[in-house]
Amino acid sequence: MNSLILRAAVRFLMPLLLLFSVFLLLRGHNQSGGGFAGGLVAAAAFALLSLAYNAVEARRVLRLPPALLIASGLLIAVVSGLIGLLAGQPFLTGLWTYVSIPGIGKLEIGTPVLFDIGVYLLVFGITLTMVFSLEEGA
Amino acid sequence: MIYTILIGFIGAFAAPFFHRVAKRRAGLLLSLLPLGLFAFFASYIPNLASNAVLESSLAWVPDLGVSLTFRLDGLSMLFALLITGIGALVVMYASGYMAGHEHEGRFYLLLLAFLSSMLGLVLADNLLTLFLFWELTSITSYLLIGFETQKAEARSAALQAFLVTGGGGLALLGGLILLGVAGGSYQISDLVNAGSSLAEHAFFIPALLLILLGAFTKSAQFPFHFWLPNAMAAPTPVSAYLHSATMVKAGVYLLARMYPVFHESAWWQMTVTGVGLVTMLAGALLALNSSDLKRILAYSTISALGTMTMLFGIGSKEAAKAGIVFLLAHALYKGALFMVAGAVDHETGTRDVDRLGGLRAKMPLLAAFAGLAALSLAGLGPLLSFIGKELLFEAALAIQGVWHILIPAAVFSSAVSVALALILVLRPFFGSLKPTPLAPHDPPVSLWLGPAVLGMLGLALGLFPKPASTYLAQPALRAVLNAPVEVKLYLWHGLNLALGLSVLAILLGVLLYFAWNSWRKLAGRIQIIQRWGPDAAYDGSIAVLNWAAGLQTRLLQNGYLRFYLLITILVVVALAGSLLLQGGLHWPAQVTEVFFYEAALSVLIVVAALAAVRSRSRLGAIAAMGVVGYGIALIFLQFGAPDLAMTQFLIESITVVLFVFAFYHLPRFDPLGPPGPRWAHALVAVMAGALMTGLVLSAVRVDLFPSISKYFLENSVSLAHGRNIVNVILVDFRGIDTLGEITVLAVAAAGVFAILKYRRKEQS
Repeated sequence: MNSLILRAAVRFLMPLLLLFSVFLLLRGHNQSGGGFAGGLVAAAAFALLSLAYNAVEARRVLRLPPALLIASGLLIAVVSGLIGLLAGQPFLTGLWTYVSIPGIGKLEIGTPVLFDIGVYLLVFGITLTMVFSLEEGA
Repeated sequence: MIYTILIGFIGAFAAPFFHRVAKRRAGLLLSLLPLGLFAFFASYIPNLASNAVLESSLAWVPDLGVSLTFRLDGLSMLFALLITGIGALVVMYASGYMAGHEHEGRFYLLLLAFLSSMLGLVLADNLLTLFLFWELTSITSYLLIGFETQKAEARSAALQAFLVTGGGGLALLGGLILLGVAGGSYQISDLVNAGSSLAEHAFFIPALLLILLGAFTKSAQFPFHFWLPNAMAAPTPVSAYLHSATMVKAGVYLLARMYPVFHESAWWQMTVTGVGLVTMLAGALLALNSSDLKRILAYSTISALGTMTMLFGIGSKEAAKAGIVFLLAHALYKGALFMVAGAVDHETGTRDVDRLGGLRAKMPLLAAFAGLAALSLAGLGPLLSFIGKELLFEAALAIQGVWHILIPAAVFSSAVSVALALILVLRPFFGSLKPTPLAPHDPPVSLWLGPAVLGMLGLALGLFPKPASTYLAQPALRAVLNAPVEVKLYLWHGLNLALGLSVLAILLGVLLYFAWNSWRKLAGRIQIIQRWGPDAAYDGSIAVLNWAAGLQTRLLQNGYLRFYLLITILVVVALAGSLLLQGGLHWPAQVTEVFFYEAALSVLIVVAALAAVRSRSRLGAIAAMGVVGYGIALIFLQFGAPDLAMTQFLIESITVVLFVFAFYHLPRFDPLGPPGPRWAHALVAVMAGALMTGLVLSAVRVDLFPSISKYFLENSVSLAHGRNIVNVILVDFRGIDTLGEITVLAVAAAGVFAILKYRRKEQS
C-alpha cells in the first residue's frame, strides 16, 4: 500500500500502540488486559507498519525474527513454571515476592507475571509470523 | 551404575564439539570413555565371582511401577564388558576408518549414544526401563545405518531395519506389559523368582509369544533376518559393533534374561529352538551365496545368532552354558572379521572376494590377524570358539527325541563356518594380486589394532579357559539359570563323539570350500528365494501401505478447504446433535426481560451475517463478518465479560488485516456458484446454527456440577494476588492449560510459516 496518510499516522500510532500493549500486559492481573491481549496489540502495531510500508521494513524495525519471539516466549513460560518446581512445589505454582520501590510503594512480583510475559511474546511472535509470511508471499 | 549410562550420553553429545577442538586425535581420545567404563565394570568382576550383585534404583513414574532400576549380575556384566570393550576398539577403529569424513563428529555422537543405550538395556532391571533402552538402540541403529544420508540404498536399509525392529519392539512392549501384569511386578529380579503362579496365568503364553517376537526381530531370526544383510550399507565400524557384536545380540540377551521365567514352557522350547535352528541353517546357506565380504559376514552372523537362540531354547543347563560361551567367542571373532573386511575395503576400494587376491604381501599384519579371527570362526585350534563349538555339539548330543536333527544341523552350520573362514582368508589374502579400484597399501594402526586385540583375546581365553569360566561364564550362567552352578571350561575334552563331529565338520567345510564356485553357479539359477523371500514380502507390504496411505490422503486431504469444513461441521452436528436430541429440547422456564439495545444488537448480527452470505465482493463479505464479530464482542461486554470482549475485538481486527494480506493468494471470488451446492451448504450452515442454539439452551438448563466460579472469586486475591479473575485463571489456576495452548499456537505458527514458504518456493 502506498498511502501517505497511513504512513504518517503509523509514525504516531506505533509507539502509542506498543506502550498500550505493555500497559495491557502489566495491568492484566488486576484489571482487564493480559499477555494475550497485549501481544495482539503489539502485533497489530507491526501489522500496521507492514501495511503502510512492507514486511521488510517492519522486520527491520522489529530487529528480532518473530520465530525468536515465539521460542523465547515459550521458554519464559516454561521457566516460570520450573521456578515453582525448583522451590519444591508442583510445576507452575505461582510464587510471589514484594519489592519496595521508594516513591512508588510496594510492588508485587510473581511467577505468573513472568508467565504472562511469555504469553505476550509468544502471541506477538505468532501473529507477526503469519502477517509477514502472508505479506512476503504476495 | 546410572552414572555410567549418564556419562555415556553426556560424552556422546559432547563428542561433536570435542571433535571440532581435538580434530584428528578426537577418536583416539574419545575411545578412552568406553575404556574407562570398561575398567569400571571390570573392577566389579571379583564381587560378582563371589555372588554379589550391584543394584541401584531411582523412582521415575512410581504410580505406573516404572523405576530406573539397574542391576549388575553376571549376564549384564558379560554384555557390559563386551559393549564397552568392543566399543572402545570400534571408536578407535572409526578414528581411522572415518578420518576426514565431513560428519565424523556426528558419527562419534551416534556411536557413543548407541553404546550408552545398549548399556542401559543390559543393566535395566525394570521391564519398562529395558524397553526404553531397547527402543533407543533401534533409533541409534537407524541413524547409524542411514549415516550416509545421500545414498538411497542406505536410507531404505535404515528404514527397513527400523520398521522391522520397531514393529518387534511394539510386540515386545505388549508382551512386557502382559508379563508385568501377570507377575504383579515390573522388576525382572522379582519375576524370575515368581515361580509356577506366573506360568499358570492366562497372560503367560501371549506374553511369551510377544516377547519372542521382539527378540526375534532384533536378533534377525528367520523370517525377520533380511534386514541385517541390508544394514551392511552402514559404515563398517557400525557393522562390526552394532550388527555383529552387540545390538543384534540384544534379542539373545532378552532370551537369556527371560530364560528363568519361560524356559520350562513347551511353547518356549518349541518356538525358540525351532526358529533358532531354521535361522542357523538359512543363514549358513545364504552366506554361501554371497561374494561381498560384509554380506558373507552378515549371513554368517545370522547363522550364529540362530545357533545362540537355539541353545537358549533347548532348556538344558549344558545348552545354556554352550550359549554363553558361544556368544562371547562370537562377539570377539565376528567383530574382528568385520573390522578386517572394513580395512580391506578402505585400502582397496572393494569388498568383493572375487576381485580381491594376494593382499598378504601388501598388508601382512592385517592378513595375520584376519587368519587368527578366521581360525576362530572355523572353531579350530586353541581358541575360545573351539570350546564353544565342542559345547554346542555336546549339548546337541545330549538331547533326546525329535530334536536329534540338531546334530546334523549343527555339523552342517559348523562346516559352512569352516568354508567361510577359508573363503574369507584365502580369497583376499592369498593367490595372485588382483587389480583393485585403489592401489592396496598397509592399513594404519587404528585399522588393525581392533582385530589384533580381539583375536589375541580369543586365543588367550582359549589357552587359559579358567579365568573365562570363573569370572565370566560362571556368573553369567548363574544369572541365566537363576541357580548356583559351577562352570569349568577345558580346551581338551578327550577323544569323544563331539570331537569326532568337529573333525567331520572340518572335512565337510574344506569340501564345501572347493565346491564353492560350482555351488554359487547352481544357487544363482534358483532365483525363487529372491523373488518370494521375506525381503520381497517386506517390499510388497511397504508398497501396499504407501498405496493405502496415498488413497486415504487423496480422499480426505483433497485440498479443498470447504470440504474440510463440511466434514468437520457434519461430524460435530451428527455426534453432538444426536446426543442433544436424546436428552430432549426444552425452552427455558423463565427468560429475563429483553432490553431494546440487546434486541438491536441481535438484529445487527443477523443482518451482518446475511450480508456476508449474499455479498458479491470478498472485501464486503469480510467486512460483514467483522461486524458479526464486533457484535458478539458487544454482547460479551453487555454480560460483564470485558476481557473476553477486548480479546474478541482485537482478534477481529487482526483477522481483517490478515485477510487483506491473504487476498493476494486467493483465487477469484465466485459468489454465485451452482444453486445445488449452495443450497446444500446453506442446509449445513443452518444445521450448525441450530446445533449451537440447542447447545446453549441445554447448557443453561443443565447444572451437573456445582460451579467453581465462587472458588475463583474467593481465592483470586488471596492465593493468586490478582483481582482480574479471567487473567488469574489463565496464568495461575489453569496455567498448565494455557501452557498447552500456547505450545499448540507455536506449532501452528511453524506450520503456517512452512506452508507459505513452501508455496513461494514452488511458485518461483
